[in-house]
Amino acid sequence: MTDATQTRPAPDRHVPDRLNSRAARIFKSWEALLLAVAIAIFVINSFASPYFLSAWNLSDATFNFTEKAMIAFAMALLIISGEIDLSVASIIALASTAMGLALQYGAGTPELVIIGLTVGLLCGAFNGFFVTVLGLPSIVVTIGTMSLFRGISFIILGDDAFRGYPASFSWFGQGYIYWVFTVEMLLFVIIAVIYGILLHKTNFGRAVYAIGNNPTGALFSGIRVARVKFILFLLTGLMSGIAAVCLTSRLGSTRPSIATGMELEVVTMVVLGGVNILGGSGTIPGVVIAAFVMGLVTFGLGLLNVPGIVMSIFIGLLLIGVIALPRLWAMAAERRKP
Amino acid sequence: MSVLKKLAASAAMAAAMIATPAFAQDDVRIAIVVKALGIGFFEAAAEGAEEAAEELGNVEIIYTGPTDTTAEGQIEVINALIAQQVDAIAISANDTDALVPALQRAMQRGITVISWDSGVAPEGRQLHLNPSSNPLIGNMIIKLAADHLPDGGEVALLSATTTSTNQNIWIEEMMAVMGDYPGIDVVATVYGDDLADKSYREATGLMQSYPDLDAIIAPTSVGIVAAAQAVVDADKVGQVNVTGLGLPSEMAGAIESGASQSFAIWNPIDLGYSATMLAYELSQNGAEAAPGAEIPMGRMGTLTLDENNEGAMADPFVYDASNIDDFKSIF
Repeated sequence: MTDATQTRPAPDRHVPDRLNSRAARIFKSWEALLLAVAIAIFVINSFASPYFLSAWNLSDATFNFTEKAMIAFAMALLIISGEIDLSVASIIALASTAMGLALQYGAGTPELVIIGLTVGLLCGAFNGFFVTVLGLPSIVVTIGTMSLFRGISFIILGDDAFRGYPASFSWFGQGYIYWVFTVEMLLFVIIAVIYGILLHKTNFGRAVYAIGNNPTGALFSGIRVARVKFILFLLTGLMSGIAAVCLTSRLGSTRPSIATGMELEVVTMVVLGGVNILGGSGTIPGVVIAAFVMGLVTFGLGLLNVPGIVMSIFIGLLLIGVIALPRLWAMAAERRKP
Repeated sequence: MSVLKKLAASAAMAAAMIATPAFAQDDVRIAIVVKALGIGFFEAAAEGAEEAAEELGNVEIIYTGPTDTTAEGQIEVINALIAQQVDAIAISANDTDALVPALQRAMQRGITVISWDSGVAPEGRQLHLNPSSNPLIGNMIIKLAADHLPDGGEVALLSATTTSTNQNIWIEEMMAVMGDYPGIDVVATVYGDDLADKSYREATGLMQSYPDLDAIIAPTSVGIVAAAQAVVDADKVGQVNVTGLGLPSEMAGAIESGASQSFAIWNPIDLGYSATMLAYELSQNGAEAAPGAEIPMGRMGTLTLDENNEGAMADPFVYDASNIDDFKSIF
């Protein structure tokens, strides 16, 4: 059998991430463009502030994006499949509140982590149930659960806070693996690799693209669409749980307002990373670069003491610019055609 | 990804080579970190900080804060300030506890950290500057009424809810100093629940029940506005003076109509000024933040720290016809 396959060249089973090959070229250049933007920002920052090129400062800066990026990877898959989860920040709030509550009953670090991840998974399952079993639109469901999950936190905590997490728990959000490399950075890298493999190297990943491009077609070609989507919601919930552990550990306390507004930053990161908001295309390396771009921009502007509102404007312009550029390219290419 | 890794590695190497960036900083850099930018109260505090900087001469003020009032946003700001090696951070915190790890890191790297207005837990700062204190507020609200009643008279209290902690403490403190104001009688205490309509009805009721009432003291920003409106509507301007704690922007009309002679609240300019002075004293003049310490803060006198390293700046600032126009646009 091995001889037979070796003598005959294997048939080309490569299915491009987008069916249109011209679009695929633009898509590839998108990441190149993003990388160029990231490098440009890095260089500009180095010149703009004497404090930028310091290992410790750059290490601190990674906290600006590591937690968001963890969720962004799962969100990328969800958006590629044509769904979205806007409740991720509220899942963080609920998972963090659950951990704080468990702490009051004497839970140790391992229990806290398990509870955080479990609550994340349960919230993901809750979203997934309404979207895949009842067939409701995910944007509606998750806008609802966005209020619901955080609402529960507010009911439990009110204007109070859980504090007094054990010292060993602070390792996740404040610990260092080696020199300036934080625990969160390691998690970020591991999760990025896992999602990269999951999306680009497995049948599951192929199914995600197929569903995003044509759910009906995917269904008729034997993909269990509902199951794949349910798993994606579970993964997003789990990632929110991991982010909740990191963020709670970093803050050393829980308030119901924790991570407010983070869902939009996560979605921004995903879209900036080249994932089509309508589903069907996108890559994990793109999201990784987008995470760095957003982290470097906010930190660089922070070093120059640029007010937060100007930063938001900058991020907005960056997002529109990076999205519009390939589109303009495509239009220009169209015009050049005879 | 690999390119980024290389970049990160080269950045780390560059950092190691430069070690300490040769960057002469003559000025003392004090960061005023606020809950969120674009709030009049904090803009005024920044003005006060600039005033202190001018007085001190060699101080550069970095006025900054996040866009939303989130702890995460403030932590990003704090990280950027740590990276810049500022001399001091004076912060009005969005979260008592969540900022502690970030601020502790700042202190470990030699940065002076104080909180003002909205405090940080004791382990996350060297001292906290309160705009005022409960005894000072309790005394101020009765003094405001008594100042316009040289021959004594009847006053009534319009509070928030029966369970409002702050208001109850202030009223208690007020009752404790009543001996200093002979001839002033507190005839009633009513509760408007911090609702405009209920406060209005309670104030109207007070004027009907006590026809000789001379003043209504409302130590709540909702109650004071409602009471002033009730006095205007009852045509009792000049007979009943409304006073207490309120916001200049909301009370400007009452001052203009004469329903209120004067009222009090903290002065954000003084607050920013004092925070800057304290940060400078701690970071440059070797002042020690310890219980019982007395730290000078320029024209605002000295701050005395209690067992939690907290101190009260001053009496609440009195607003009347002479200065309301300057403040009504601020907060």
